[in-house]
Amino acid sequence: MECVFGLVGNGFAVVAADTSAVHSILVHKSNEDKIMALDSHKLIAASGESGDRVQFTEYIQKNVALYQFRNGIPLTTAAAANFTRGELATALRKNPYFVNILLAGYDKETGPSLYYIDYISTLHKVDKGAFGYGSFFSLSLMDRHYHSGMSLEEAIDLVDKCILEIRSRLVMAPPNFVIKIVDKDGARHFAWRESIKDDSVVPSA
Amino acid sequence: MKLDTSGLESIAPLFGASNELLDGLSTAPAFDLPSNVDLDGFLKETIQMVKPAKGTTTLAFIFKEGVIVAADSRASMGGYISSQSVKKIIEINPYMLGTMAGGAADCQFWHRNLGIKCRLHELANKRRISVTGASKLLANILYSYRGMGLSVGTMIAGWDETGPGLYYVDNDGGRLKGARFSVGSGSPYAYGVLDDGYRYDMSIEEAAELARRAIYHATFRDGASGGVASVYYVGPSGWKKLSGDDVGELHYHYYPVTAGTVEQEMVEVTGA
Repeated sequence: MECVFGLVGNGFAVVAADTSAVHSILVHKSNEDKIMALDSHKLIAASGESGDRVQFTEYIQKNVALYQFRNGIPLTTAAAANFTRGELATALRKNPYFVNILLAGYDKETGPSLYYIDYISTLHKVDKGAFGYGSFFSLSLMDRHYHSGMSLEEAIDLVDKCILEIRSRLVMAPPNFVIKIVDKDGARHFAWRESIKDDSVVPSA
Repeated sequence: MKLDTSGLESIAPLFGASNELLDGLSTAPAFDLPSNVDLDGFLKETIQMVKPAKGTTTLAFIFKEGVIVAADSRASMGGYISSQSVKKIIEINPYMLGTMAGGAADCQFWHRNLGIKCRLHELANKRRISVTGASKLLANILYSYRGMGLSVGTMIAGWDETGPGLYYVDNDGGRLKGARFSVGSGSPYAYGVLDDGYRYDMSIEEAAELARRAIYHATFRDGASGGVASVYYVGPSGWKKLSGDDVGELHYHYYPVTAGTVEQEMVEVTGA
């Protein structure tokens, strides 16, 4: 089942998510990237209903881009998180989106930050956060091993610890994970953690 | 249980208490209600029961030469097999196919609708729509109707400027890009055969054979799938139907009958 988690280190934030697209007992896909780049220095990791997840994150991404086009300056991570929360909150009493979000970003002034936003529009600025069944394992592990000012290497080690624990303790653990980071150089893909190879990656024609 | 309509009655007889003209009319009319109490639930269940093409096996995959799309042809209404000759592979245009799983009408209607939108795109832009674009058109429509009872599980497969394309789209607005999908009640069985036999560098013949086998094995185990296993191929010059075989015939081919050993034989009892 779904696992999304992330943490803030020294000068960067890292987010990891499982990559399984599940329908009842079937895994339709095990390389579905659930972490989207909001803009050059923001990552949005989302879990939730498949339709809502894609529609909502794309909607946020497009509106963040629109703001940048109109005003010539990008939203700060805090602003983007508050905007996302606002959209989720207005939708909540109409046609709610069932999506949980971890928003990671890097700003020149404030450095790296991580925001926890759940489907009922709770917004928290956190050092570490997690969603889904994997959160039971990853939260305690992060509580145990997290300290402020972690180096990238330490953070990735911790992320790997979490993935290992999820894989060994969670029934229906997802096989594959993707890890992305954001720092002063921008948001980027960091690594895959694959325990089964999904050959449904279409070789570029 | 009776429906009480006394509230509709006019208040008291107008011409005194004992008007023989009104004697028969003064009692409140009433009629029997159906014995089922949960009317809404009953109606919903009934509609669901007769919604055709619920059990299905469809599959599609991308390989070296293009895309293979295959499906069975059975339509069932609850336990009743309503047709053995349904076209579950819908021809959207000469380069794009859609598959049908879930509600037959919903799939048929929205694929036809998608076909119209694709043709209009072609006329407006002087080029064919990409598979990516077409699948997103459909996914956005389905997303806008989510939770309103549509039942669609489809794959959009085709060939566009970027080569072969394959997307899975369903009624809750989900849309997945991939190289291998199977949808429907028989899909777990089909996946079993498909995942085992799949290689990217298959020839068209091998691929078609794999698809047909996967459908056959799914129809063998899934009671709601059956009829004819149709196989389509989409290549650079559009789609082509490769085969359509009765799975009953395929059974003799794939599952040859072997004579069982006789464990006990009936014999005449002597001297009885």
